[in-house]
Amino acid sequence: MLRRFRGEPSTAREVAHAISRNRREFLREATGAVAAGTLLRPYPLSALSLPRARKAVVVTFGGGARDDETFAPDGQANIPHMLAELAPRSTFFTQVINRGILGHYVATASLATGVYETFNNFAKVSPDHPTVFEYFRKDLKRPSTDAWVIAPSNGFNRIGESGYRGYGPGFGAGVILPKRLLAAALTNGGEGNFNHLLRDNYESSSFSPVVGGNDVELKTLSDIFQLSVADFVAHAKSLASPDELSVYIARQLMHRLAPSLLWITLHDIDVAHSGAFSLYLDGIRRSDRLCAELWRTIQAEPEYAGKTTMFILPDFGRDSDASSGGNGFQHHRTGDATSRTTWMMALGAGVRENTIVDRPIESTDLVPTLGALLGFSASLAQGKPLPEVA
Amino acid sequence: MVPSQLSAEHFRGYPPKARQLAADNVGLLRRLPLGFVPFLLKEIILYDWKFPAEQRELNGQIAYLEGLPDEQRQAEMARFAGLHLDASLEAFDWVNSPAQFLELLSAHLWATHQTDEFREASEQYVHKFYAAFARPALPVPRLGIVVVGHGVGENRYALFRKLRRSGVYFSNVNPANGLETLLETVRTRAKNYPQAYGHWSIQGGGKVAAPGVTCVSYDELTPVRSSLAEKMRAAYESPKFNPETLRTVLAQVEPGSLGMAGDATLDRFQLSLLTEGSGTQIYSTTFVQWAAREALRRAQPLTLLTRYTARQKERPMNELLTGTGRTVATDPEDSLIDADMGAYYTWLNQQRLPGAEQSRFLVWFEDHGEAVAIAPHLKAGTSDASAIHVAELLRKIA
Repeated sequence: MLRRFRGEPSTAREVAHAISRNRREFLREATGAVAAGTLLRPYPLSALSLPRARKAVVVTFGGGARDDETFAPDGQANIPHMLAELAPRSTFFTQVINRGILGHYVATASLATGVYETFNNFAKVSPDHPTVFEYFRKDLKRPSTDAWVIAPSNGFNRIGESGYRGYGPGFGAGVILPKRLLAAALTNGGEGNFNHLLRDNYESSSFSPVVGGNDVELKTLSDIFQLSVADFVAHAKSLASPDELSVYIARQLMHRLAPSLLWITLHDIDVAHSGAFSLYLDGIRRSDRLCAELWRTIQAEPEYAGKTTMFILPDFGRDSDASSGGNGFQHHRTGDATSRTTWMMALGAGVRENTIVDRPIESTDLVPTLGALLGFSASLAQGKPLPEVA
Repeated sequence: MVPSQLSAEHFRGYPPKARQLAADNVGLLRRLPLGFVPFLLKEIILYDWKFPAEQRELNGQIAYLEGLPDEQRQAEMARFAGLHLDASLEAFDWVNSPAQFLELLSAHLWATHQTDEFREASEQYVHKFYAAFARPALPVPRLGIVVVGHGVGENRYALFRKLRRSGVYFSNVNPANGLETLLETVRTRAKNYPQAYGHWSIQGGGKVAAPGVTCVSYDELTPVRSSLAEKMRAAYESPKFNPETLRTVLAQVEPGSLGMAGDATLDRFQLSLLTEGSGTQIYSTTFVQWAAREALRRAQPLTLLTRYTARQKERPMNELLTGTGRTVATDPEDSLIDADMGAYYTWLNQQRLPGAEQSRFLVWFEDHGEAVAIAPHLKAGTSDASAIHVAELLRKIA
């Protein structure tokens, strides 16, 4: 049975606008730093007058977090770092629409190609269209060490490069799957101490024990990070979740190789599929903290400070409580406006601070925007560069 | 095959009542598009094990479609008929495996950007059907009761934030005999308003049986969950594993294969909770919430009592499924947070049913002093700090 509650927006467009309005109002109140005039005027000045970025770090959440648990009054306690540290420094897009398939691998691939990919979310395939890493490396003639992806699970191991003729093999990013690395490192029966870092939920594309593709082997990792397996394992002991492991790897990568294009996909939030609300909230709080840690790392690393743009965005949302076909926060199956409408935060070099952009944009706009920032052409992407940051 | 080719013979593999229903209405089914018929068949094929409320609605839906003039029916079906389906879908045995067909159809709609069109078409159809569907009057307002927080000592989580907006927040509830009082209320309603599957008790712990009350218990289903977990583990460890194959494996499980041999309708219902719900196999809190949702959606009970107990702590999925690894510890504090949200969802789902404007709802923090009561005559968004017993709370919402 499909019903809506009295007084609620009824069309997808109304819902999306309501979400956008709520985010705008909440951010304005929470950060206290954004002038109402700025919010209501069209975007005033081109970002091009600001210092251009030479590096970009993209953080996506595989497993969206709803406004109810983040930007709405009930949720604000879950995202203190985003509100206090990151939002005031950012251009915040309140309405990012994902019109593609709401599965994490295919949606992340769509974010990375700028095209709504249509392959089976659970298939072990490369994206059909060139990825941002291929555009970046081919156009700018960058070495393989300059573009990296840190992804949550085996299902993402082909995210780094497409099968598109003229791009594809040889132009992609290195893909690091931290859990796989840790599993490989745990050769001495120590697995029981690390299962919390290897966990996954059974709705994610993660349970494939047989993988191939351009992911980094343990030896290469130790060469890059100059970490012994023992040191790596020892550090892992201090971490609480797979996403913490991913961010640890990201920081090592930034320190050792300083890639110009780094893409990190967090996934702890997707524990929501288990239906345990408390675990979902834990995931949100952890992601909030880890995003701030990454931002601080960018400021602290000389290779990144002052010349890096960071983008933070969920791959999509989760179902609304009002959608009778879903089960609220647990899934993203209905395709309703709440599950399709998310947000994006851009901060750092080339980005205006304290700015909120209300107009709807699409998640496929990210890649062309990165292209405009870094100087490559995402010629096959469906989206358009965002003039507010590019 | 396309629907216009259907004959009564195609339904020979259906259970008896379903076969009869489909055969009796094959003329109607022939006139519906492929983008719609399997949805109807998915319900019809399970007719023998459906709750009375579901059977009533399915009969009503068929009568509604049959009663529409041809032109109007075609107009209502136009958006479904306009979906672009490929030949492989037509070739699939959607008559005998409608649920599997719908999985394929869903993937196809997502991949071809037709999901939004389909969702809107479905909403439009459902609204029109319910607008025309006459439901029997309820003999008594619906009552939902949720008990949360078993085993929690001190709590620092702000409980019932969402529900307080719809009712009265009581902060000084005397918990003495609270649970027994609530159970007695369910027993009394079952006795006074007897109705098949009309009064439910859903427990995160052990079974609470009473005459006329349909009982579902997470603990009681432990042997079934264990057998199912074994099947899931085997699928999980297969080199060909992916979540879609797991869903197919689960969809093919029959109650008898897991040792279920009770009320066939209830057995099917309980099995569906474990095979169609995510996390219901491993977390008792998820199980209770999902069971309440499904009971409300499908059986539309007059009375629903749910009681949450502490779920096991989070562990890696393979341990959760197999029950191996470290000693299982429970997590009462986080379970309270799960249950708080579960209570809110139970209320939302209750409000989707007929008679919502008259329905009553009570959520209580077991053995503690906090509760929210919701009823049409209580002022929403208010609080009451006066001392009150659970029995008095029930009288307030009566």
